[in-house]
Amino acid sequence: MSDNKEEPKKPAAAPTKPSTAKTTAPAAKPTTPAAAKPPAPAAKPAAAAPPPKKEPEPPAFEKGLVDEIKKKFGDSIKTVFIRPRRIKIQVEPHDITEVATFLRDSMGLDHAESVTGTDYPKDGQIEVTYHLGSYSREDLGAHVLSLTTRTNRDDPKLPTLINVYKSVEYHERETFEMLGVYFEGHPRNERFLLPEDWADIPPLRKDFRIKGR
Amino acid sequence: MTSLDEKFEESKRLGLQIVKESEEDRLMTLSVGPQHPGSGHFRFTIKVDGDYIVYCDPDPGYVHRGEEKMSEYRNFIQNIPHLERPVIHDSTNITYSYSLAVEELVGIEVPRRGQYIRAIASELNRQVYTLYWLAIYGIFLGHSTMFMWPTGDRELFIDLLEALTGARVTHAFNIPGGVRNDMPDGFKDRCLRQVKYFEKRLKEYEDIFYNMPLFRQRTEGVGVLTKEDAIKLGVAGSVLRASGVPYDIRKAEPYDIYNEIDFKVQYMKTGDSFARSYVPFLDMKESCNIIRQLLDKMPQSGEVRAKLQPNPKGPPGEAYRRVESGRGALGYHIISDGTPKPYRVKISVGSFRNMLALPFLLVGQKLADMPSVYWSLNYWPVEADR
Amino acid sequence: MRKKQQGGTAPVKKELVSPTTFNVYVSKLSDVLVKALDAPLGYAINWGRIWSLWPVHLETACCSVEFGAASGPRYDVERFGIIEAFGSLRQCDLIVVQGTVTRKMAPRLRMVYDQMPEPKYVIAMGACAITGGLYIDSYNVLPGVDSIVPVDVYVPGCPPRPETLIQGTMLLQEKIKRSKIK
Repeated sequence: MSDNKEEPKKPAAAPTKPSTAKTTAPAAKPTTPAAAKPPAPAAKPAAAAPPPKKEPEPPAFEKGLVDEIKKKFGDSIKTVFIRPRRIKIQVEPHDITEVATFLRDSMGLDHAESVTGTDYPKDGQIEVTYHLGSYSREDLGAHVLSLTTRTNRDDPKLPTLINVYKSVEYHERETFEMLGVYFEGHPRNERFLLPEDWADIPPLRKDFRIKGR
Repeated sequence: MTSLDEKFEESKRLGLQIVKESEEDRLMTLSVGPQHPGSGHFRFTIKVDGDYIVYCDPDPGYVHRGEEKMSEYRNFIQNIPHLERPVIHDSTNITYSYSLAVEELVGIEVPRRGQYIRAIASELNRQVYTLYWLAIYGIFLGHSTMFMWPTGDRELFIDLLEALTGARVTHAFNIPGGVRNDMPDGFKDRCLRQVKYFEKRLKEYEDIFYNMPLFRQRTEGVGVLTKEDAIKLGVAGSVLRASGVPYDIRKAEPYDIYNEIDFKVQYMKTGDSFARSYVPFLDMKESCNIIRQLLDKMPQSGEVRAKLQPNPKGPPGEAYRRVESGRGALGYHIISDGTPKPYRVKISVGSFRNMLALPFLLVGQKLADMPSVYWSLNYWPVEADR
Repeated sequence: MRKKQQGGTAPVKKELVSPTTFNVYVSKLSDVLVKALDAPLGYAINWGRIWSLWPVHLETACCSVEFGAASGPRYDVERFGIIEAFGSLRQCDLIVVQGTVTRKMAPRLRMVYDQMPEPKYVIAMGACAITGGLYIDSYNVLPGVDSIVPVDVYVPGCPPRPETLIQGTMLLQEKIKRSKIK
């Protein structure tokens, strides 16, 4: 979903679904084990309408912020969305330390609120999103800049941001544990929340199924 | 029984020698928790050199229940009850940001009266949370009166919330689109009476607890977190505000109707344990003001909940919304793939962020200061583990 | 058992007090004592136990909030002799399992239970401690605490109201009253 361009492709693959799928959507609930797949095509046609709503007016202030970043790094920054008070940009893993340092030093985004790791088995990738905020700049208090990067799912490795943002220490450790992303340079890629004898795959991977589901 | 000589011979035979104490031997490792009067559902290992803590390593996860994974298997409405369990005594706030995020995803507007009732419930719940926190802080420092008084006054707020939501602590009151039900008759008067009584009590709290010389000695100048460090560590809520950063999500990013309310962000500049324990108290005071204003400005009638389709779903996309909970910014990052179930739910909680400050603050402190530093971080282990 | 003793006593006399058989004799002795004391003194001993139930300070999950409320002035479980022991668990005789038991907590819970002196009682508080409750399908939660420790009283609710907890303790007291002293 971070790549908005890809989504319009999928409705074309299932053009006849919407009318039937919408009626079956509530009925699909009892057959939950299989529910993960069938509703997905049903929702895609609905997605075609809203994206234009987002596109037309990116707010001026946020646009300015993104332009500032783009001026420094050029095309290596991919803008995923610009919404009021929320910005998401995507960078390549090898650029992330440099970009983060720039965001911290020149733009006043001084701390990371959280780190979200998301597994996308279809793309074969894991997305790691850093939510950056600012305590020191008052005009940025309401804003959250999501700095995101993607890595290969089979051998997930990313450079750590711990030297840029001290606050990601436990978040990255949690991401390592929950998704198996190895942060190169992080001093402690090890067990954190899960029991010591955990011997399964990382639980937030999509191929990890929980009991009875 | 063997004589001393025999024992000596025995140790010689075994090759034991009397060695001079080395640096490593002098350090003693203590495991604090999970069965420890000063830990809760949490464990941390500390190394002490004599009386001073030289090393600390938190070991959370004793209540890790996999909320984020479970959320992927339930639809947006079914997720509410289990998502409020991490902080059952602050359950309105933890479902608040979830509802905001889902509303943004699904695209619903909450009616004005609904927004006000939400805010009232959220402020009442903040009092409930902070009072419980204060009670535990009292018992951590051996002040039994400070356990009894807040627990008693907390029940009165719980009564109010019970009248409003129907449940004691787990309300499931905030839902995407508004609140579950309207206010009962006479709620406003009851609420105002309670707030008036509570403000009187707060003065007494100050006299018996905050102005007590013993308490001051145990907390003042203990575990100082400077402003720069607080920003660097990215702590949240009262811990941040105690270090002199006036940052409150209600002010910085006003959600719902908080931009219509006139209130001050409470903060202190010293950054020690006393400031960290006093800021929540100031918050409670300010919260009383907010409740009064909310009750005044509230529209007298109207819908409290927007119409919602039975299995709400939005277009694929993501939302990150935050509210100010009792422990600081509480954010939900929800990624939806267009199905009625979220693709990924990330709960970004203040406790987890404040935990990072614990080893930072404990190192260099005396062992006896450990409880006062630890609980002043406004840390609720269940929430941090999720 | 008797045969073994005869076989054991015949060859060496020393073994009467050896550490390996010591426990057997003590338990035998206690069996005799129990039989002798149960009728005349059982009521008094149980009465003593009923009114000094000391729970361990072990919080497993969020039900601890309601346990805290129960010790507060409104519900006041101290009336029933339940004071949260902030000291050693060696002087406790009750575990209130306050909610979800995760896989990380389970070994610790058992360890705490094993360290407590006999007689000891367990109250499973909350739906999670009984069956896993809301978290039945979670990957890190045990489906009920009774696979770890033997439970005496189940207190349902999510979380149980303090009144329910009080009723649970009253049931436990009833149980102790009827049981033989150990």
